[in-house]
Amino acid sequence: MKITYAEGIRLGFEYLLENYKDVFVIGQGVWSPWYVGSSMEGLDKKFGRERVIDTPVSENAVTGLCVGAALNGMRPICVHPRMDFAVLCLDQLVNEAAKWRHMFGGQVKIPMVARLIINRGGEQGAQHSQALQSWLAHIPGLRVVIPYTPNDARDLLISATLCDDPVVYIDDRWLYEQQEEAKPIQIYSLSKEALKCIHEGTDITLVGSGYTSLLCKNACEKLKDVISCDVFDLRILNPMNLQPVFESVKKTGRLLVVDGGWSSCGVASEVIARVVEHLRDVTVLKCAPRHITLKNAPAPTSRYLEQIYYPNVEDACKTILDMVKM
Amino acid sequence: MFDFFSKEYLLETEMRGDIAVRILRRIITIRETEEFIARKIESGDIRCPCHLAVGQEATPSVLAEFLNPEDRVYGTHRSHHQYLAVTDDVEGLLAEVLGKKNGCAKGMGGSQHLINIEKGFGGSVPIVGGTIPIACGAALAMKLKDNRSIAIPFFGDGATEEGVFHESLNLASVMKLPVCFIAENNLFASHLHILERQPETSLCRFAKAHLIENIQLDGNDVISLYDHLKQIIRYVRDERLPYFVEVMTYRWKGHVGYREDLDVGVKRKEDLSIWKTEKDPIGRLLSKYESLKDTYENFIREVHKRIEKAWEFAKQSDYADKDFLLSCVYCED
Ligand SMILES: Cc1ncc(C[n+]2csc(CCOP(=O)(O)OP(=O)(O)O)c2C)c(N)n1
Ligand SMILES: [Mg+2]
Repeated sequence: MKITYAEGIRLGFEYLLENYKDVFVIGQGVWSPWYVGSSMEGLDKKFGRERVIDTPVSENAVTGLCVGAALNGMRPICVHPRMDFAVLCLDQLVNEAAKWRHMFGGQVKIPMVARLIINRGGEQGAQHSQALQSWLAHIPGLRVVIPYTPNDARDLLISATLCDDPVVYIDDRWLYEQQEEAKPIQIYSLSKEALKCIHEGTDITLVGSGYTSLLCKNACEKLKDVISCDVFDLRILNPMNLQPVFESVKKTGRLLVVDGGWSSCGVASEVIARVVEHLRDVTVLKCAPRHITLKNAPAPTSRYLEQIYYPNVEDACKTILDMVKM
Repeated sequence: MFDFFSKEYLLETEMRGDIAVRILRRIITIRETEEFIARKIESGDIRCPCHLAVGQEATPSVLAEFLNPEDRVYGTHRSHHQYLAVTDDVEGLLAEVLGKKNGCAKGMGGSQHLINIEKGFGGSVPIVGGTIPIACGAALAMKLKDNRSIAIPFFGDGATEEGVFHESLNLASVMKLPVCFIAENNLFASHLHILERQPETSLCRFAKAHLIENIQLDGNDVISLYDHLKQIIRYVRDERLPYFVEVMTYRWKGHVGYREDLDVGVKRKEDLSIWKTEKDPIGRLLSKYESLKDTYENFIREVHKRIEKAWEFAKQSDYADKDFLLSCVYCED
């Protein structure tokens, strides 16, 4: 049986609410398809509106509510239907959730999830389009996961919720229709889990996360007759474990990182920095590592400008060809 | 809703002698510990920023009469008094302000990050307003688990200027959470008087806006606090609804450290002398209970000995291990 990415998310919620009494879900729009697409359809009816809670427009307090509930024996999942809205809850996420364990000498834990949805395009404009994963991946104390496949969308949600640390779970509306064969549920220990190789190759190492993993995969397929790509899906942005990428780059000598955020101090820069630092002997590199990110501007609204703004498969193919032909 | 000012309640809750003794003991423990810390800041032994609560001892000291260890009290940058009232842990506090591993936060917190889960102190943090929604979340957990515990966020008048305060009041009201909000209105947020920051001094208007039952109390009058808090805590516990208490009080020390802030241009000299004399919570309690005067002298001696002993112990203890810096970031490495 095939499942979509959106179904994967919903199945993750269903599994958690069915099997764990301490799990509850809270956030803006969780009773409505306007906000969360089909990814939470029917959950409120099946599990009751005491456990699937729609809220006032108060991102910071609702996130704080989850911190407090997590400190007191629950496993809350806090939903922010757009990452842009979650900017208003950074105080609770960054100053509180990420810090309490350390500030109090390991005496408390905060097993909460903040689910942030990247929802861009469709002429929504600058305040409804952002992908700010690098901000969150910057913070010690937060774990950040960003699934690309439907099975991962389900399993990383479950694993994040069962993890005793605060986890930011980032899903992407541009992946909701992606399909794959459903596999049995796998519960990962996030501290031991790492990125995955999604295609093996020898000429160049491609690294993506979330939607940009799909971009890398598509570019790899498009070029398969001319170039052999080693493609990685990051999955976990913090703490990040890049060991398999180090090995890959030693083999291919080329590294291209594609990220859905901006370049400056971003995920792509971090991956390149770590790889270069790890290599030490940079003569294994056949060309300088490169990265593709958003252009350095807020998201535009018009369809015309959106097409220029967001990186696409053609951009990725062109850069790959450039790097390999050089 | 009950009427706080009915004679019936005042009669019912007339404080008995032994209760007054317990409350007085808490107040003195706080007062003397804070004054001791002030001296150690002045001498340079304590370097961590301490926001002292001399003058504000009464409210938490009375409140502690009505709490269980399963309840959760949350605090702010200025929480020594709440911490000591709830936990009586002078030793853990002194070790913590020195950053020692037997401190209440294992030497990782210092003065502004206090915790004692066993005794019901859920945590204090210095981000203004930070624990207000967290306390609401504790109350939500209590509600979902269907138990009889309650959550109590303490915060200052300054915190009511933060957006998250208003969001939290709304949530507590609309979600019916068992939270007793306690605003300690000491009229100042660092160097600014409340009338330089807000159009009026009373904070209860915010509770009214969110349809939360509320009352303004004299935060330095132990007997009135006892009368009211007893009913209020019972209300929150039984009705599973929020309540907002504003206590009018004053801090004798400056915003941070041992000085009084008269040196940095804060105009409060006349007020301060009134709050230190006729409005002193200890003086007022002793004048009501003549018989407590001997007990008072004994307590002071007892507490001094205890503080000295705790201080020596804290000084000789070790700092938190250096591995701790990395090992308590995540639950699993
Ligand atoms: C979010 C945030 N903004 C500013 C500060 C700096 N600050 C520390 S205490 C304080 C004043 C708080 O006043 P109040 O809430 O009345 O508490 P009090 O000090 O009177 O107990 C300020 C502005 C802070 N710690 N956190
Ligand atoms: Mg104040």
